[in-house]
Parts: sequence; C-alpha cells; structure tokens
Amino acid sequence: DSPKNKNSMIARGKNASDLFPAVVKNVACKNIEVKKLVYVYLVRYAEEQQDLALLSISTFQRGLKDPNQLIRASALRVLSSIRVTIIVPIMMLAIKEAASDMSPYVRKTAAHAIPKLHSLDPEQKDQLIEVIEKLLADKTTLVAGSVVMAFEEVCPDRIDLIHKNYRKLCNLLIDVEEWGQVVIINMLTRYARTQFLNPNVNESLLEENSEKAFYASDDEEEEDKKAEPATLAKRKPYVMDPDHRLLLRNTKPLLQSRNAAVVMAVAQLYFHLAPKAEVGIIAKALVRLMRSHSEVQYVVLQNVATMSIKRRGMFEPYLKSFYIRSTDPTQIKVLKLEVLTNLANETNISTILREFQTYIKSMDKDFVAASIQAIGRCATNIGEVRDTCLNGLVQLLSNRDELVVAESVVVIKKLLQMQPEQHSDIIKHMAKLIDNIQVPMARASILWLIGEYCEHVPKIAPDVLRKMAKSFTNEEDIVKLQIINLAAKLYLTNSKQSKLLTQYVLNLAKYDQNYDIRDRARFIRQLIVPTDKSGALSKYAKKLFLALKPAPVLESPFKDRDHFQLGSLSHLLNAKAAGYQELPNWPESAPDPSVRNVEVITLLERVTTLTSIPDWSKCSSRKDRKEKKVEKPFYSDSEGESGPTESADSGNCGGGKEKKEEAGQDQSKEASRGECREVEQSSSAEDRKRGRKAVKNQKSASESESESESSESEEESEEESEEESESDTNVRKKKTPVLKQPPKQSKKESKKETQEMSLLDLDDYEPAPASASVTPVNFLSSSLVSDLEGLSLTDTILAPTTLAPSGSIKMYELLHRIKGEGLAVEYCFSRQPFSPEPNMVAVQIQFTNNTNSETKNLHIEDPRLQSGMRIREFAEIDVLAAGESVTVVMGIDFCDSTQAANFQLCTHTRKFFVSIQPPVGELMTPAFLTENDFKKEQGERTSALSRFNTHSCPSDCSFSSKHLSFFSFYVAVSL
Amino acid sequence: MIHSLFLINNAGDLFLEKHWKSVISRSVCDYFFEAREKAVEPDNVPPVIRTPHHYLINIYREKIFFVSVIQTEVPPLFVIEFLHRVAETFQDYFGECSESTIKDNVVIVYELLEEMLDNGFPLATESNILKELIRPPTILRSMVNTITGSSNVGETLPTGQLSTIPWRRAGVKYTNNEAYFDVVEEIDAILDKSGTTVFAEIQGVIDACVKLSGMPDLTLSFMNPRLLDDVSFHPCVRYKRWESERVISFVPPDGNFQLMSYHISAQNLVAIPVYVKQNISFFETGSSGRLDITVGPKQTMGKTVEGLVVTVHMPKVVLSANLNATQGTYNYDPVTKILVWDIGKLNPQKLPNLKGSLSLQSGAPKPEENPSLNIDLKIQQLAISGRLGSFISVGCDSLPAGPCDKALLLLTLF
Repeated sequence: DSPKNKNSMIARGKNASDLFPAVVKNVACKNIEVKKLVYVYLVRYAEEQQDLALLSISTFQRGLKDPNQLIRASALRVLSSIRVTIIVPIMMLAIKEAASDMSPYVRKTAAHAIPKLHSLDPEQKDQLIEVIEKLLADKTTLVAGSVVMAFEEVCPDRIDLIHKNYRKLCNLLIDVEEWGQVVIINMLTRYARTQFLNPNVNESLLEENSEKAFYASDDEEEEDKKAEPATLAKRKPYVMDPDHRLLLRNTKPLLQSRNAAVVMAVAQLYFHLAPKAEVGIIAKALVRLMRSHSEVQYVVLQNVATMSIKRRGMFEPYLKSFYIRSTDPTQIKVLKLEVLTNLANETNISTILREFQTYIKSMDKDFVAASIQAIGRCATNIGEVRDTCLNGLVQLLSNRDELVVAESVVVIKKLLQMQPEQHSDIIKHMAKLIDNIQVPMARASILWLIGEYCEHVPKIAPDVLRKMAKSFTNEEDIVKLQIINLAAKLYLTNSKQSKLLTQYVLNLAKYDQNYDIRDRARFIRQLIVPTDKSGALSKYAKKLFLALKPAPVLESPFKDRDHFQLGSLSHLLNAKAAGYQELPNWPESAPDPSVRNVEVITLLERVTTLTSIPDWSKCSSRKDRKEKKVEKPFYSDSEGESGPTESADSGNCGGGKEKKEEAGQDQSKEASRGECREVEQSSSAEDRKRGRKAVKNQKSASESESESESSESEEESEEESEEESESDTNVRKKKTPVLKQPPKQSKKESKKETQEMSLLDLDDYEPAPASASVTPVNFLSSSLVSDLEGLSLTDTILAPTTLAPSGSIKMYELLHRIKGEGLAVEYCFSRQPFSPEPNMVAVQIQFTNNTNSETKNLHIEDPRLQSGMRIREFAEIDVLAAGESVTVVMGIDFCDSTQAANFQLCTHTRKFFVSIQPPVGELMTPAFLTENDFKKEQGERTSALSRFNTHSCPSDCSFSSKHLSFFSFYVAVSL
Repeated sequence: MIHSLFLINNAGDLFLEKHWKSVISRSVCDYFFEAREKAVEPDNVPPVIRTPHHYLINIYREKIFFVSVIQTEVPPLFVIEFLHRVAETFQDYFGECSESTIKDNVVIVYELLEEMLDNGFPLATESNILKELIRPPTILRSMVNTITGSSNVGETLPTGQLSTIPWRRAGVKYTNNEAYFDVVEEIDAILDKSGTTVFAEIQGVIDACVKLSGMPDLTLSFMNPRLLDDVSFHPCVRYKRWESERVISFVPPDGNFQLMSYHISAQNLVAIPVYVKQNISFFETGSSGRLDITVGPKQTMGKTVEGLVVTVHMPKVVLSANLNATQGTYNYDPVTKILVWDIGKLNPQKLPNLKGSLSLQSGAPKPEENPSLNIDLKIQQLAISGRLGSFISVGCDSLPAGPCDKALLLLTLF
C-alpha cells in the first residue's frame, strides 16, 4: 500500500489505524516523500497505538544527532509531535539539547516543541521554563517569534524573563517573520503595561509646561521650576521611559505590513500604550485593512467600533471610508453603521443622516432595522438633530414595509420618552397604527407609550385599551404584558372609563397559559383594585406606576469592550476566551527600569554564534552572504540615518561595530564560541550595577580606547548621583546640566570593562594612540563649571569631570608621519559646538612635528568641496617646532552628508592632499535639554521629519538630523 | 493556536480535515453548519463562532469554507490571515483553489498543510520556501513521477528558512535576468443618483515578477511619492528606507509576488472614466417594470475602456427580465436576483444600451427604491492616479555577476 492512499484516508477523516504496524516499518525509508508521509501518519495515530509508535522512536533519536541541521530539526519536530507520555523524558532531553544547538533553525524547532511537551505533560513546566529562558536570550530573529509563542503558552505570567530581552526583542522585531511579530507585539503590550507609566496620566499639565519651556533658556527654566513647585509636587510630570519609546518607535513601521494581523497587533499596541497624540497614526492603517477580505473587515470593524468610542477624533477624517456599499455582507454593514454612529457629532451629523436615509431604502431588512436604530442613537446623542430625526422617523411610520415601521416605532418610543410633552400628536398618530402593525415589539412599544402618557391622550387611551382587550387572547406575551400595564395605568388615572375594561383584561390574564402573565395580573389586581384587606401598598400604586421614568440611554454595544485587549478573540466575543491574559492596568509608579539593562558581552557572544555556525555554507559565496548579514542585520539596518538613534537607545551599534570587525576575523570557531559562553555565564551573575555600567559601556565601546586615571570610588559616586536622578524626577530637573557628563564619564568607567573584554579576542580594538592625553578644547566651558558648582555636588565628582579628557574620542589619521615627511596630523570630532558657526562640525586637528626641523606656515588651501559644504579654516600656525605638537580647531559644514571634505594642507615647503570624512554619528550637534524641552522637541521632530519627507529641502534636512541628536542625547542621559 | 482545519464546500460536505494537535471530532462542525444555515448567504456567516469548548474561525473563499478550530485565546486576525494564506498557497500551486483541485491533489495539500503549521503555529508560509519543500505539480512532472516513481517532495531541503531572507530561495539562476512590474489600479467610487461622486478612492497594487539570479538588491523610486496616501509592503521591503527616503528597497522573492499596495484618496483627483444613464422604474399596476441603461465614456484620456460589466442587484420581487442589449450579453439570475450585463469593449461612437421590461411577482407591492448598479471596467495602459505618472526607476544595487554581466531589466508598466 502506498502511504499516499493512507494519507488521503486520513484527510477524509477515515480510520486507517489498522495499518499502523505496516506503516511504521517504513519510517526508516530513504525516500523523502515516503518518509514525510509516514511522519504524518505516525503523528496522527501514535496516540492511539502507543506501543507501536515507540518502535519508531530510535529512528528519531538517531536523527537528532545527524550532522545536517535540517534533519535534526525535522526529527525533533516529529518526535515532539508524538503524543505518547512514555517518551516525555526523551523529549525533554531532546529539547534541552536542541535549545543549545548551533543551528538557529534547530533552536527554533526546539521552541516549537516546548508547548507540545507542555500540553502533553504539564509537570515539566519548570524545566521547560528554564529552556524558554535560555532561548529567550537567543539573538536570532528566527528563534524570537517561536520562543515568545512558547512563552505565551507555557508561562505567560513570568514577565521577569522578558526584562533582559526586552530591548533585544524590540530591535529584532522588524526582522522577525510575520507570525512571530504578532505574538511578540501582543506580549510586549502586556509587558509594557506592567513596566511603564500611563503616558496619558497628566497630559494637561505637560502641555502647559512645555509651552513655556520651549522658549525658555535653561536659567529661566530653573526659575519656572521654582515658581511652580506646588503644581509639580502635586503631580509628577510624566516622562516616557526610553524603553517605552523604543517599543513605540520600533513597531510603527510595521503598520505598513501586508499582514493584517501584524497591523492589528501594532494598532492595539498603540491604542493601549501610546500617548493620546500619537494614537492617530493607526487609523490610516486600520482603514486600509477595510479593503481586505470581508472576514478581515469584520474583525477590524469590531475593533474600530471599540476604539471609536474612546477616541472619536482618530477616525473622523476617514468617515467616508465607513460608508456602506450595497455589496457588503449584512454583518459588515451593521458594524459600519455602528462605527458611523459612534463618529457622529454636531459637525458631521447632517452628512451622516443623509447617508442613513439612503440606507433605509436598502433591500436588506436587518440592515434597515439597524439603520433606524442608528438614527435613534444619533438623535439621543446629539440634541440639535433630535427633532429632525424624530420627524424623519415619524415619516417612516407611513412606510409600506412593516418591519421598517415597527423598528421606527420602537425607536420613536425611546426618543419620546425624553420629551413627551411636545409630542402628543405623534403619540396619537402611533395609536392609530396599532390597528395595522403586527410586529409584537412595536405593538408593545405603542401600548407602553400610550399607557405612560395617557394623560396627554386622555381620549384615545381608553379606546385603545378597548381594542386590545378584544384581541387580548391572540396577542404575543410581550404585548399582553403591556396591555395589562396599560390597563393598570388607565385604571389609576381614569378609573371611571376603564374600570370594567381593566377587570376584564385582568380576568383574561388570570387564565393565561403563560405564568408571567398570570403573575403580573395577580400582582396588579392586588395593587390597584381596592379591596377590604388591600395592603398599604395600594396607596402608593399611582406613584409606582406613573413615576417619572428616566429615558433610556441608547449606547453602543461596544462601550465597555475596551477592557479586553483589542484584537483578541475575547474582545471579539466580548467574553473571556480560554487562556486569555488580562491586560494589566498601568502601575502607579514605574518599576525599576534598570532590570532591562544587559551586559555587552552577550552581544559579542551572539556574533560568534552567528558567524560560527558550521555546515551552513557548502559554497563559499553563501557564506560570504551570511557574514555580510551579520554585519548589517538585514532590514533593521537603515543605511545610515537612523544609526545614531539606534545606538543611543540600545547600545546595539557599539556592538555592531565590533561585530563587523570580528566577523572579518578568521578564528577557530568552536574555541571562541566556548570561550564566549563561559564569559557570558560568569557575567550573567554580575549584579545590577555592573549591568548598568555595561550599558554605558556599549555606548562608548565603539570608540573606547585605553584610559588613564579612574578610581573605583569615583565610579561609585557617579553611579549614585545618577541613580538619585533617576529615582526622583524633580532632582533630575535641577541636575540636567550635570547629567551632560555621563557619556564622558562612562567612557572612563569603560576602562575596566574594556580590559576585560580584551580577554576575548578583541585585538581589533583601536590601539591606544600615544598622545591620548591631549585635551581637545575645554570640555566644559567655564560658565558651565560655575553652574555645576552652584549645584549641590561634591567636589569629588566634579574634579574628575572637569579633568575628563576626551581621550576616548576616536582619533583619525589625516596624514601619516611618513607620508607627511615627518609631519603627522590626526583629527577627531571634538563634539563641541563650533562657536563661530553653529552649523559647522568642529574638527579638532592635532599636528605633530616628528622631524628635527621647524615646520612653518601650516595652513589650509584650495578646499574642494561638495556643493553646499563650507569650511572655516583654522588660523595659520606660524611655527611648529621640532618634536612639538599643536592642536587647532576648524569647522566644516558637511551639509549633513557623509561626503568627504577635501583640501590641501600646506606647510612652507610642501602641500598634502587630505580629506576628512565624517562618520554619521559625528554630524550631530550636542544639545542639552530638560525633559519638557525634550518633549517639545520630540513633537517638533516628528513634524519636522514629516516635512522632511514631503519637501526634502536641505534646510529641513539639517533640522531633522539635529533633532535626532536631541533624542539620542536624551536617551544617553537618562540611562 | 490553530488546532484543526476543516474544508467544507458550499453544499455543506466536509471534504478534508487536518489536525495539528490531538484529533478533534468533526462533529464540532455542526455548530458551523447551524450558523451557516442561519446566515442564508455564505457571506453572512460570522467569521468567529463560539461553541462550548472551541471557537471556530472560518473564511469563505472560492466557494469553500476554511473552518479552523481554536481552543485558546489567539488574535482572530492571525487565524484569518493565515487561512487566506493557505488559500493563496493552493491557488499558487494548483492554479485555482477549488474543491476539485484540492481533492485531486490531496496528498500535496496534506504535505503543504503539514509544512505550513507546526503545532498550530505557522512555520513556513512563504511560497518560495514551500516550493522548495514540495514542488508544485505540473503535467510533465506528474507523468515523470508515475513512470520513475519519484515524488513531488524536494530532495534537498530548503535553505531559505535558514537565511535572514526567508522569502527568497537560494541559488537562483537565470540565463535571462528580467524583472517585470505591473501596476494595477482600481477606483472605488460611490455615486449618487444624480451622478455626483459621494466617495472615491484609488487603490493600487504593484505586482512584480522578478527573475533575477543570485541575491539582487533592487530599489524602486517614485516620481511623486507624495501622492501615495497609504502603503503596505511585502515583508521584503525595507521599511526604514521608505520612511526616510521614500524609496522602495528590497531583495525580491523569486517569481511572482505582490510588492506593495497603495491607496490614494484625493477625491478631486479621481476622474471616473465612464458615465451611466439609467432609468429603472416599476409600474404601480400590472406587476412589471422598465429598465433602460446606457453607458458612455467620460474621461478616458484617449484610452479604450475594456471589460465593461454592469451588475444590477434587483429587488426580490423581480421575477425575470426581458431585455435587449445593443452590445454584449446580459444574464439575469432569478435566484440571486442579480442582472449581469457584460458589455466588453466600450465603443464611443455607438453607446451600448440595455433596454426592456422586467416582470414582477404578481400581487407584491412595488419595490421601494431603485436598485444599485455596480460597474466594473478595465483600462489598459492608464494609471488613474495619473500624476503618479511614468515613475518607476529600478536600480539594481547589487546584481551578482551571473551568466550575463549586465542584467537586463524590462519594465512593463500598467
């Protein structure tokens, strides 16, 4: 028998289990197709025939050791799919082994196997969590999605496992495959809700503050702060955690995904996490999804309906996208109506009502009914159009379609309840309708109206009751109840005319088949008909029946759905689905953000694992490709411009540089891998502080060089001061000028780490330049120093700060000693504002005369620049004595490009062609901001960026890149 | 995640089932059948159905219901999107996704489903990878297979899953390197009775067929990207590059794929290429009606309108139509109450016209309103968005030195 037949039997749902032994024999078959089909069969029936299934296990165990990663993976996949409890230990072992496999593909399969094992034997949970923890630390995009899925299924509450991997996940997100993105985004939404503060907590305060802060200089700011300490004390201004921002920023491009699920996931993330001002961007993407398949539309509209209640403004510009097409399925139409109703307000109500009018003419009756209800809701919500709506509805009463009339009656009833006095004629009109309308709900509504407002229609009411009494026995239950009600009310107001009728109705009801009606009749009789022993209640009967009833509030069925995470199954059903994870409320105060910091060494480890994966590359060309990929993560790279921001928020960039260099190295892969592992393990035990240091380290790692003095105690104190500033935002405000230093400080601190890292094969580190001690310009202007002194900082901190040489700033060679005939020229970007021209980048040039004669008249000549670029030369150096060195500063306006500036460097004897090419990161202006400034600037920045996108004129260009620097610098500070 | 999948045809026969976790009895589909019955139209079946122990998420495509069984919380769009991806994969493999093709290729279908999901979580959904795993059937191959006994399953395991570019298979080689881009634009407009535009928008997609060797890195830029209101991309496109430079930069998958879709919503920009004069009236007595529809060109920019189809959704009471078309053929389906008039090419000299009488159910009241008309048409070589204009410049960033050193890039626009 061919296995094909058997599988088609499975596909049709027939039982093929009696063939099991024959099939299992084939498991070792060489033919891949047969093998696969046997796998399918095996997985399907193993649960029923456990003993026989065990026969095949050894084949898979052999497969697990195969040198080919794909065979290892498929063996694990099938092994873990066999639902036989006996092999749980084997599976556990296999998963553990695969989790540390060298191939990311096998690790991915291991991640997939985890939930399988968990569902087979939940007792393995603890061990599985260990594996998950290990896999979460994995740096490949391939694994990320799968392991988060496993995490969600096995231990969604272990949020602590995410901390260390949070930033990595955010950064990898864009490269993960679509399905993984959905899972990760949903998980991160929950995570962010537990870790960050609500960005919308005190928006109003923020607005007024930033208004002022934008124009105020630092000093004025200081005063402002003092002037309003009261408000500040009351409400701490909100500062978005940089990690929170990171998440928002990294998910935003995914709104452009072709996968509706990804778009929805991002949309819900923004809805739940973003500050109000930013939520709007998701509307466009959601509207786009409305052009997809009807099932997608259905789900999206449900979510839009919920969102539109809370954030109406968001969808208002897209109102017309929700207009209904005649070809839409009814369920879509009804949902669109819901959204349109939610979006209705004073300004657009007239257009919406006009639309509704056309809808009423539709052939789809359910939809017409829904439209009429929608009109009713608009009328209740928007007072101005109430009369118009009511008139329109009354006109509908003469519609030939009974369903339309019935629905209108029900809606009119609700509307009339709001202002019955003016509308007695409508009630009269409706009373006439009762002869024709057969729909029970409508009849009941009319009766109720007449009963309730019988005083307004004293003549008609008894007549209606008479008619109804006649047809009582043929009515539906709901109508009967209303007849009794009407009778009772009339009895109380107009007992003379209706006494007998009431008696009659009550008698009929007494023998009704429905016990509800019998009950009601009995109750009402006792209450209203005076007898000898009637209780005290009957005195209040009138009050009971004719009390003023509050008008019903017509509200959306989607009103309270937003406590479910949007986009989830539970939200759609408006009921908790199994396994739904509650979206936690924002915490009162943010948990310690430092838990998310990671050590730099793990980054290095990642590089080695990636580059050292064996047997991937049979042909060298592919290998090359892979290594290229390592240098530049495929599409999270951004060809330059976003480099600085990335480096600032995660420190990845620092790692990236090393990565690149390391990738180039030829090294014994196995060895280095093992080595790194060890280092990683030891380092993972490091305490929190070390972690913090390490992060700073990452930032400076790219340019870190050997350092001179720095003592442990200084580090400590600096650490402390920073910590304080983090814990207390108020203090931080005051200290902002001080906090400028951390980047420099951290470079110093990095010294220790650097040494440690060089234990690894980091010989690619820049050799320390001999003259690292040359201090480029005054790092701290004197005014700044005095500022600092004014603050309550101890000298111990200040002293090293002012001394802090920029030795760690990378020196580039402009002219080599030999080529320059003894004249060596190096330059660096001093990262200071170039005072004569703020647009220019300050380049600090150091001339060293290695000859034994003087060099004279050092100056620049004949600059050849790209258009727009400008140079401000340094003043000519008259004499440079032998063995001496001198430092000058020149300014270059690179026009925000990375084009080199070419010029000639002239001495009294020679001319040298040289060029200075700036790395992207050096094109930034440092700027110092308070938080409110930052907020403001950030808002500006996004708008600037968008302007940049549309016009792309040079001035905008520079603007945006400058603002980028604001951002990156801010992040650096707050770490 | 996704527990099981059932394929059910329009008649309610369950013809394929696949389970990724333990087996779920097909009786769970009874809930679906119930909902199906209630909905009358297949379009109206709620996509998510709740049963006591499971949730059924279904899509309706090509007259087949794809019903998936879910046990725990999962984003419904995740499942829906995946099911559509399954349907697309079938279409890709067998040319069409219908009950008969699925039944004919049940083994391949089964193999595909096995590869696409692992334990209910999507594993390989990119067609490039799947095609390496399981070769699509061709007549030639199925003949060879029956003779030699070989199979459709790829002998070598795919490498694409391992790379950072999971959508492209490795080692692609062509003697002729070519890339084609098709821009397809659709206007979606709602006109009111008098012919004024209530709502109009343009939706476009760029379909690509890229046959380039190695790992080409392409860029595509627009003359006027500002026009694009909203875009969505194939995952191969680098989002950041688009955000910063408005340039589409990508390493394409091999073969056919949809590169991007975009949306242009400027209302005044949209010129509706045809006009329709319609007069449909029903008489108060005699249970009959009159229909008169004329279509004419409006702003076609000198291009011919092709594939013109007018669809009228008639009121329920219309029993039959006795019409006369000056051009094309018409067809009235008395069950669905849809009148389809297939005109074909629009001749501006002699305007097509459809005229005649409608017979109504006797005794039934006159229908309340005029039916709505849907008009489909095609214009070759014209982008409605106009100003997006002749825009594509394809740059090849890195074409590998293949058989021919300089890659030949052919562009077919529109």
